[in-house]
Amino acid sequence: MMMLLLARRELRSLFLSPLAWSILAVVQFILAYLFLTQLNDFITLQPRLKMLENAPGATELVIAPLYGSAAFILMMVVPLLTMRLISEERRNRSLTLLFSAPLSMSEIILGKFLGILIFFAGMTAMLTIMPLTLLFAGPLDLGHLAAMVLGLLLLISAFSAVGLYMSTLTVQPTVAAISTFGALLLLWIIDWAGNKVGDENASGLFSYLSLLRHFEALAKGVFNSSDVIYYLLFITVFIVLSIRRLDADRL
Amino acid sequence: MNAVPLISVQHLSRHYGNIKAVDDVSFELAKGEVLGFLGPNGAGKSTTMQILTGNLAPTSGRITICGIDLIEQPKLAKAEIGYLPEQPPLYRELSVDEYLRFCARLNRIRSNKVTAAVARAKQRCGLESVGRRLINNLSKGYQQRVGIAQAIIHSPSIVVLDEPTVGLDPIQIREIRKLIRELGEEHGVILSTHILPEVQMTCDHVQIITAGKLVFAESIQKLRQQMQVRHHIVGLRNPPNKVVLLSIEGVEQVEQLEDGRLRLQHEAQTDIVPQLVEKAVAENWGLLELTPERKTLEQIFVDITSADQQPAVEETL
Repeated sequence: MMMLLLARRELRSLFLSPLAWSILAVVQFILAYLFLTQLNDFITLQPRLKMLENAPGATELVIAPLYGSAAFILMMVVPLLTMRLISEERRNRSLTLLFSAPLSMSEIILGKFLGILIFFAGMTAMLTIMPLTLLFAGPLDLGHLAAMVLGLLLLISAFSAVGLYMSTLTVQPTVAAISTFGALLLLWIIDWAGNKVGDENASGLFSYLSLLRHFEALAKGVFNSSDVIYYLLFITVFIVLSIRRLDADRL
Repeated sequence: MNAVPLISVQHLSRHYGNIKAVDDVSFELAKGEVLGFLGPNGAGKSTTMQILTGNLAPTSGRITICGIDLIEQPKLAKAEIGYLPEQPPLYRELSVDEYLRFCARLNRIRSNKVTAAVARAKQRCGLESVGRRLINNLSKGYQQRVGIAQAIIHSPSIVVLDEPTVGLDPIQIREIRKLIRELGEEHGVILSTHILPEVQMTCDHVQIITAGKLVFAESIQKLRQQMQVRHHIVGLRNPPNKVVLLSIEGVEQVEQLEDGRLRLQHEAQTDIVPQLVEKAVAENWGLLELTPERKTLEQIFVDITSADQQPAVEETL
């Protein structure tokens, strides 16, 4: 109840600033452009694909790259939106309002997290409309599409959890944004290290930690519960850290 | 309800490293009282208020709000408090109505009662005409009022106001003081300020805090007694011997001022004026001037804060 109230307030403030609108517009524009280029390539390739046995369809050749790019672009966009979650309230001293109200720290953090998730769910929905238009032209692998949407949502939630935590650490939104971006990028490329060294054990650990690896499986349409659990654990860890950090403000 | 004090603070301390921001402060507040918190800058007023409202955890001590322990059951206790911090906690991108609705819901007012609560708070703080304006575009005074409206929207038992009249114009200050007096009738009010007349006008109790310690806690009547006339300045053309003046009943001390006038200190209870005038006429002293010297709250304040600070400094040295 209280979480919903906070989430609604968060969304309202988000849409009252031009930032949310411009991010939605820019991301949609870039993704639409990528989608159209992929689609164009697919149409040119189609006659040749027909000759292959078991040829990949539009879902694999057009939609999967689209979600891959979306994941990468959102890694840069999420920090911009999560940076102000706590830090700006702290700077404006409006955090006192929440601290003085009969709310627990968990409600404050979860409310904020929920608010930002609803925003990104909306963004994902807008993105998903594009591949769905292909249904007019022919059949799609809807299971695969669902796995990709789920993967993207989990990935964004993980990004947001990191961003939220970084935002609890500082008073400066920009500092939060940069640290979030740094942390996400590191987690994104962490499996490169293992690959380069060629050490099996090390690469196993690093690739397990990598946010990207788990997303790749889902993007291929492989629904593996361990990937989902990885994301849920990841999110929980950062939410708990955020709650603890906010609690420490009073000490 | 009446038996339990609205707020009871016992041996409250808050340390920042080696600095004792609040040091062993205890007090109580009953229903219908306005408590004024006075102190020089950095004395620990705001820290105390932050602790009372659950924004800061005390290092030691116990706080109960309407009998509910603030540390053990923060949600229940916080529901009984309305707090206006030094800087009003506003969401500047919202309109006044939106903001107050959010605050009402935040304090768990049922959705069918929110509109009424918002209307009442707006009416009490004189915000009816600005309901649809953005908080960002309001003047500082109106923003302050929105802050107060936010603190009283859920009719809490205790309203804690940290320097509520800062940045207001004289007319607004009068209105806010009137509002504080009104609030004091139904709620308990704790008010911090460094404007001394404000305390005299609005508060029932005065507490002076300096260097984290509570050095003065009295009702306003007691304070008034302290402020009673104890000195008269007398100008005489033919001043008599000091001994003669000291023989007047009640006079304790005679002090010669630089300009030839005399300063008489006397007991607070006795009025020396009739006797003095009689004698002056009978013995032809040539009375030129007779001025009562009133001790202001400011003097009391300075006396208390400076007297108690010096030993504290020595201790730390």
